[in-house]
Amino acid sequence: MEKLIVSLSPHAHGNDSVERNMFGVIIALIPALLVSFLYFGLGSVVVTLSSVAACVFFEWAIAKYILKKEPTISDGSAILTGLLLGFNLPSNLPIWIIFIGALFAIGIGKMTFGGLGNNPFNPALLGRCFLLVSFPAQMTSWPVVGQLSKYLDAETGATPLSLMKTAIKTGDASVLNKLPDATHLLLGNNALGGAGTIGEVCALALILGLVYMLWKKIISWHIPISIIATVFVFTWLLHLANPVYANPIAEILSGGLMLGAIFMATDYVTSPMTHKGQLIYGISIGALTVIIRNWGSYPEGMSFAILIMNAFTPLINTYVKPKRFGEVVKK
Amino acid sequence: MKLHTFKIGGIHPEENKLTSDVVTKVASLPKQAIYPLSQHIGAPAKPVVQKGDKVKVGTLIAEAGGFVSAPIYSSVSGTVFKVDTIFDATGYRKPAIIINVEGDEWEDSIDRSDKLETLANHPELTSEAIINRVKDAGVTGMGGAGFPTFIKLTPPPTAKAECIIINGVECEPYITADYRLMMEHADEILVGLDLLMKAAKVDKGYIGIEENKPDAITLFKNKTADDSRITIVPLAQKYPQGGEKQLVDAVIKRQVPAPPAIPVNVGAIVQNVGSAYAVYQAVMKNKPLFERYTTVTGKKIKNPANFLVRMGTPMRDLIEACGGMPDGENKVLAGGPMMGKALTTIDVPICKGTNSVTVLTDNNARRKAVQPCIRCAKCVNVCPMGLEPYLLATLSAKQNWEKVEAEDITSCIECGSCQFTCPSHRPILDNIRLGKSTVMSMIKARNAAKK
Repeated sequence: MEKLIVSLSPHAHGNDSVERNMFGVIIALIPALLVSFLYFGLGSVVVTLSSVAACVFFEWAIAKYILKKEPTISDGSAILTGLLLGFNLPSNLPIWIIFIGALFAIGIGKMTFGGLGNNPFNPALLGRCFLLVSFPAQMTSWPVVGQLSKYLDAETGATPLSLMKTAIKTGDASVLNKLPDATHLLLGNNALGGAGTIGEVCALALILGLVYMLWKKIISWHIPISIIATVFVFTWLLHLANPVYANPIAEILSGGLMLGAIFMATDYVTSPMTHKGQLIYGISIGALTVIIRNWGSYPEGMSFAILIMNAFTPLINTYVKPKRFGEVVKK
Repeated sequence: MKLHTFKIGGIHPEENKLTSDVVTKVASLPKQAIYPLSQHIGAPAKPVVQKGDKVKVGTLIAEAGGFVSAPIYSSVSGTVFKVDTIFDATGYRKPAIIINVEGDEWEDSIDRSDKLETLANHPELTSEAIINRVKDAGVTGMGGAGFPTFIKLTPPPTAKAECIIINGVECEPYITADYRLMMEHADEILVGLDLLMKAAKVDKGYIGIEENKPDAITLFKNKTADDSRITIVPLAQKYPQGGEKQLVDAVIKRQVPAPPAIPVNVGAIVQNVGSAYAVYQAVMKNKPLFERYTTVTGKKIKNPANFLVRMGTPMRDLIEACGGMPDGENKVLAGGPMMGKALTTIDVPICKGTNSVTVLTDNNARRKAVQPCIRCAKCVNVCPMGLEPYLLATLSAKQNWEKVEAEDITSCIECGSCQFTCPSHRPILDNIRLGKSTVMSMIKARNAAKK
């Protein structure tokens, strides 16, 4: 009699995989990566490569020698964390600081909790925020775009967000006139000189990534759109009430907003499971970002807003349920 | 035109309908026919024959064993070899009647002509007469679960039927038995629908067919063009549209409440096309349910085909007739790849609910390695019942039965969409089944204690 394979249904699978999703996000990051090479040259290559290498190395080493389990580098999640961490750093950051950030992101942020799927906070953001509070000077010096052959010696300048902060602090709305126009913010070659982190400068490249991920059904629109819409509406109201607050277009195109909304807040592991929950999460992140940007001590609030809402994700999952089939009988 | 479909969740598995255009063949008679006594939901049937008894095609061999039960008729003529136990599809020993086949002699009461009988020519058929005939003929749901048809036609006094919905969806990949039946016996199916409507005392009938069967949609639309009571509803292709609740939602836009509610609570009685055909044969031709349409298919099967097969025929005979078992590692399913049961042996018979024998080979037969849940929420998005499969699976694995019941695990229809879509290949439905069956028996025990 022939031997048959037996298992419970379903016997078909849609061929989706962890790798497909992770590498899908990585592909979506390629436009922003190319733009960063174009704008920051050597610095961005060194920072991104060392961040990716360090994250992959730490994940491999911790899995093999501390957790003593088979390393799962091939799932692409460590590469992704490395890329996202690199994208959140200035292009003139020394390699040793990047290594510390990667160790914190992977070691504390991810592997301490059991590795892929178990981390409550976005590892890349944890790494960035750890560096931001540990090395505030290095983490807030922003190289001017276009110095392709420079790394540590790059000249730095002010970012659009620091300009917005100055306007609020001084109460002088005319400072905002120095802001680049929307086209420049979209493309990232802003007139101020100081651009921001490696990955956040070109909103257009990030939006291309969003379109790709929506097309490939890697993420749904709920989180990114709700964040961007909330920031837009909130800052618009502020701008109407008092012109010392920047206009909403400049707000959504500046700083880490697009990078955060499209690539950081949408991290599967740390975001809510239901569409309703994702909207609550997105709106809260948008609101917190505006609050921190305008009334906090840092010029940018995206990372902190996402980490704060990461902490609320389990709570949202507990109380926000999908609509069950048949709850309401239509007459 | 915007096609109807159910509101939440759903997936699009590869169709793999290899046999859509393969005209149904009559399967040859087996040497020995096997009739498990439990071919339907409810109590097993009780044998009324003994070893050595002579039977004809259409002879009653086992009577209904309770209210929720159905009689079984012989599909062959010959001698009862024994009343014993056999390994059934699930690998357990179950009672069965085994008959040695001799010739092909039918009971005289069965009308074997092809003449189409319509309800208009039989005014003597009352609702009760039809229901009794359906009950006596052992007609059960032919789409899978196998619920006795007569019970569905006599809803509890708290519910009122308003329409019959004929399920011509066949959303399972590979299977084409219902499609071939629709193409080859449309007239009989429509008379069957007529009979069902009369039996349930309703004057509205729907036939739901997915858009991937345009020929069937056109055929039925043409045949019912003059009949305002019948509406053909073309449906957008989406699995699990053939699920009763999803079909009711898609066709009449009403959502059946959580269990224990059933479709008739929102006015609908759902019957498979195979059941409608069986009802026609039972009532108009006096032919009990002993043969059915079955697809034998698989990418590595040499000549996949549709068969009109006598029940009791071993699956091995049908697979041989299609060119035999493929080389390599095989998984043989009674049913399709989404909800079919994997068999431990192919020496099990075709039963009332066997719509397909599907053979999956090598890569298609094995599951992939499980990875950690990355909380991508895809299982939540595809669940057609609005549940959270990841949560139900985790809670079940942790044996947190109270919590898993509170999260509505009993609403799960076990369609497998969650596991199909999971990028981490997690055994979501395995765990949910464990939780669901445990919770169901807890509820049963609780209700028993109350009484």
